Amino acid sequence: MTAFILRRLAQSLLVLFVTSILVFGGLYLVGDPIEILVHPEADQIEKERARVALGLDKPVVEQYYLFLKGALTGNLGNSFVYAKPALEIIFERMPATMELAILAMVISVFLGIPLGLYAGLRPNSPFSRFIMTSSIVGFSLPTFWVGLLLILFFAVNLGWLPSTGRGPTTDVFGLQLSIFSWEGLKYAFLPALNLALLKLALIIRLTRAQTREQGLLDYIKFARAKGLKSSRVVGVHLLKNILIPLVTVIGLELGSVIAYAIVTETIFAWPGMGKLVIDSIFQLDRPVVVAYLLVVVAMYIIINLVVDILYSLLDPRVRIAEQH
Amino acid sequence: MSQAITPVVKVQTPFKRICSQFAESPVAMVGLVMLVVVMFTALFAPWISPQNPYDLASLDLMDARLAPGEKGLNGQTYLLGTDGQGRDMVSAIFYGLRVSLYVGLTSGIIALVIGSVLGVLAAHLGGRFEQVIMRLVDIQLGFPAILVALVLLAVLGKGVDKIIIALVSVQWAYYARTARSAALVERGKEYVEAARSLGLKGSRIVLRHLLPNAMAPLIVVGTVQVAHAIALEATLSFLGLGLPATEPSLGLLISNGYEYLLSGKYWISVYPGIALLLTILAINLVGDQMRDILNPRLSR
Repeated sequence: MTAFILRRLAQSLLVLFVTSILVFGGLYLVGDPIEILVHPEADQIEKERARVALGLDKPVVEQYYLFLKGALTGNLGNSFVYAKPALEIIFERMPATMELAILAMVISVFLGIPLGLYAGLRPNSPFSRFIMTSSIVGFSLPTFWVGLLLILFFAVNLGWLPSTGRGPTTDVFGLQLSIFSWEGLKYAFLPALNLALLKLALIIRLTRAQTREQGLLDYIKFARAKGLKSSRVVGVHLLKNILIPLVTVIGLELGSVIAYAIVTETIFAWPGMGKLVIDSIFQLDRPVVVAYLLVVVAMYIIINLVVDILYSLLDPRVRIAEQH
Repeated sequence: MSQAITPVVKVQTPFKRICSQFAESPVAMVGLVMLVVVMFTALFAPWISPQNPYDLASLDLMDARLAPGEKGLNGQTYLLGTDGQGRDMVSAIFYGLRVSLYVGLTSGIIALVIGSVLGVLAAHLGGRFEQVIMRLVDIQLGFPAILVALVLLAVLGKGVDKIIIALVSVQWAYYARTARSAALVERGKEYVEAARSLGLKGSRIVLRHLLPNAMAPLIVVGTVQVAHAIALEATLSFLGLGLPATEPSLGLLISNGYEYLLSGKYWISVYPGIALLLTILAINLVGDQMRDILNPRLSR
């Protein structure tokens, strides 16, 4: 197990390194940030001074070398726009994105598993058919457009919920979170629902497929033959076994929810890191874009690793150490 | 496409069998009809649109932001209203559909070709080549499509060709993985062994034997992926990273209407969105049924 984790971590460092080269090199080819950063009437001397101040006068290889040297000490460079360390800005924005992502996952898991179980246990009932057809529609709905509809319906027409922005935050263990106050939750609800919809459809379909597959296996038949109550067969025997693949998917989807938060945050003007990176791309704020990608890729790698380990713990048939 | 899934066998041809099985689901048939209508609209947009939405001479700013059903200055009735530049929404949607479908299908086909060739080759050659390709696939699939496409577009800039490159880059891996696993299954079968015993060349075995038989799962992945590609393109265009304003897809139309949404002028955003939803839904409904039919585990 230890060897496995070490090997994976070493691989991850390689992936991070390659990502940094590709992104750094790629972004270097795009436009001149100076033209955007300096006010339009600046003359050549002022522009040159800014260029030197930001280190943009050096050749790209040297810029990358300096970046890498800083990265090893945990410094991913200063933002051109905010003149603060890029990492610091990202970590400031991260709680906002994470609370949105986690709230979205909670919504989709607590709605998706029961609905999927029902559709799997009673595949022919009208309600199950309704669930399954809706889940295809849910799959097909473009997230950003649903976001617009949610704003239009709940905020503009009904006026029940605020349309955009983040509510007041409270300090929770040093993190600024908004979902622990009623007012904050009102702001978070629509974006979280928007983010949850796609995953909800996925979890319903996966739970249903698993339920149908497992429901036919001998251990379920045996449990029923033993005369166990249906609630116990489903709640204990079945649920335990379908949760194994579900945990994997839910874990991996958390990563994708963090990435898709870019879209939701843009629509709802939610001040998370997704909104930050879109703004930074347009402002050619390279250090922030590079730092965002490295942070998200690192989070991805960690989530993947945790899911793999969790999977082997949940399913005794899979033992990582023996495989490698 | 139908030719690819009609290999050998007599009696009832697989094509006919697939058609009759497909027709068993009314929902899938609705999807198919929707898909045909959408394709037809996109293909013939220039002939059936009431107006050429990008001929600036035919636009009148006085007609801007008319509500659905209102009449313009020249007496034309705008069924779905007009946008901020006085453009007829029906025409804009037809043309947008054209762009969206073009981008989705082109990127899907290119990714299908690249991915399935690499996947089948990986299964056939094995060894180093297979390892490298599958590692790349793993890494590619490990990251969410939107992130990869976002970075690529940030680097490449706007344009139809650029977004197709980005979409191909995020999609090829799905095809490669599917093609490889299908080809691995096929490779173990006797007809491939027979072909090999006959002394056929490797290229012939791959092209004439492995690839056609690995086609069924690829088509299923293909339908899902084209729907994904269309949605992803719309999302990226909405974020301002996809297509230039001169070639507005449905995503860009929705994005253009965003600024008017809060003032109650919903139609500029909502109707292109419905067109997008119907397109993706139609593809998914057809794809869902195809998956059930072509899935050997569920075969009757």
